[in-house]
Amino acid sequence: MKSFTPILEVKGLRFKRQQAVPIDIPHLIVYEKEVLALIGPNGAGKTTLMEVLAHLVRPQEGQIIFEGKEIDFDRDQTRYRRKLAMVFQEPLLLDTTVFENVASGLKFRGLKKKEIEQKVEHCLERFGIAHLRHRPARLLSGGEAQRTSLARAFAVEPRILLLDEPFSSLDPPSRESLIEDLEANVRGSETTAILATHDRTEALRLSDRIAVMMEGRIRQIGPSDEIMNHPVNEEVASFVGVETILSCKVLSRNGGSFVASFRGQEIEAVGDAQPGEVVLLCIRPEEVTLSTGLVKESTSARNVFPGRVTNLRPLGLYQKVELDCGFPLTAYVTHHSAENLLLEEGKEIWASFKATAIHVIRKKG
Amino acid sequence: MDLILEGVKKAFWLLITFDPEVMGVTLLSLQVSGAATGISLFIGIFTGTLLALSEFRGKRFVVSLVNTGMGLPPVVVGLFVTIFLWRNGPLGFLGILYTPTAMVIAQAIIAVPIVTGISLAAIQQLPAKLRLQILALGATRRQMVWMLIKEARLPLLAAVMAGFGGVISEVGASIMVGGNIKGYSRVLTTATVMETSRGNFDVAIALGVILLFLAYLVNLLLTHIQQRRRPR
Repeated sequence: MKSFTPILEVKGLRFKRQQAVPIDIPHLIVYEKEVLALIGPNGAGKTTLMEVLAHLVRPQEGQIIFEGKEIDFDRDQTRYRRKLAMVFQEPLLLDTTVFENVASGLKFRGLKKKEIEQKVEHCLERFGIAHLRHRPARLLSGGEAQRTSLARAFAVEPRILLLDEPFSSLDPPSRESLIEDLEANVRGSETTAILATHDRTEALRLSDRIAVMMEGRIRQIGPSDEIMNHPVNEEVASFVGVETILSCKVLSRNGGSFVASFRGQEIEAVGDAQPGEVVLLCIRPEEVTLSTGLVKESTSARNVFPGRVTNLRPLGLYQKVELDCGFPLTAYVTHHSAENLLLEEGKEIWASFKATAIHVIRKKG
Repeated sequence: MDLILEGVKKAFWLLITFDPEVMGVTLLSLQVSGAATGISLFIGIFTGTLLALSEFRGKRFVVSLVNTGMGLPPVVVGLFVTIFLWRNGPLGFLGILYTPTAMVIAQAIIAVPIVTGISLAAIQQLPAKLRLQILALGATRRQMVWMLIKEARLPLLAAVMAGFGGVISEVGASIMVGGNIKGYSRVLTTATVMETSRGNFDVAIALGVILLFLAYLVNLLLTHIQQRRRPR
């Protein structure tokens, strides 16, 4: 996060439209020069919230405060929108050349021709599309089109940049290259950005803070590592990649740690939970180590369990290994490790994870 | 067959000799239908765009009315325009019945629903989020509407073609409100009807060929503009 000065504040926002999840945001602050990622599954209401924030749709209730001043939907609409730029999932280019597309926002603002040319050329260079300036937009590839769309948004030098899943329709190489360029441009500018995405790696890479949105509400907001490592509830934990979530009963305490039981298996975790309390233990798959022999003596991990491989699935650079250790447990291992461990369904194996690697969610009430 | 060949020859002759009467009738046809098309484009594109962009109760009913209007029978239009412009009619004080102005009004009424219907479809076929994207780029509502019309310019050319095609070829309304007065309100279609009723098939065919040629020429030009740009 680059600043603690609020640039945008939302209070008591409610919005409902047909066939869309109702939006209910009691309070949200976006700080100047930060990148806030809005993550959540499809249908969580991210796009709707972005449209409300951009004043493209009128909320039924609530206030949007920009730079300390409440925005009146009828009176300040265009003036407010001219402080923003929004990039949609689809590039939505106009049927004209790349240059004219990038210039469009500046033309709406009535800038002089010379100034437009300067700003457009600068943006075309920044996004590596200067050579395409005279090309009709309809002849661009998906990556080039989205690059043009981003250049068009940056050309108006927005105070806030709203990015609604801008990479989701791109192939992996175009996506990677565009994320790199966007990262450099956002970090190198004074722009505040709100990025809506369902891809948590994208969010982790680009954002200072993450807001997890589900069913039209923000379930958790905070620094990226806090969201990833300390989700507030089962739903958030599941969305941010926690594969193993166990509802356990605490048996005993020992200093700063406690032992909890799940179907008779005892798991040691760090936290303040009290005996008799029911807690959720969240174990990220990256934290689980697999080995073929009993390594209890040679590992610092407090939790070591024998298990049987129940499922094995490739997952990009990793293999996802599902185990039955008397409780379900998921681990990620590299393809190389999977080969070394001779992993296959039904194989007996040892799984270990540290007590400190477990995130504990204490159930309220 | 000879009759048709004679007609074609006659048409060719009338054209290359710039026959003053035929030229006058042709020019008036172009003027009346051109003006009617222009008016219908102005009203139709505006109404079609407005309909496409607005949401209100009963929109489907209004759209179905527009679509029905696309097949408005010219004689019915002619009848109502005549009644309105009749000496004792509500607009009789204007004194424009049996004038080219009355013909322009009648033809415009025929073309407006055609242009409105096609404009509505043209704007609706644009990506739904394009309107939001244009607004998000800082456009005012007026700038946004203008951009959408520009984006839909290729299908909108179809509206021009259909509108012009609809009015240059109609005869019922023109004859009823124009009166087919020689040298004043006689156009290609009304002249063709008259020559046919007199048995002057060669002249009627000649006029028909000129009418076809004119319609073809205008549509050729518009098609050229439309096809110069490959649709997305």
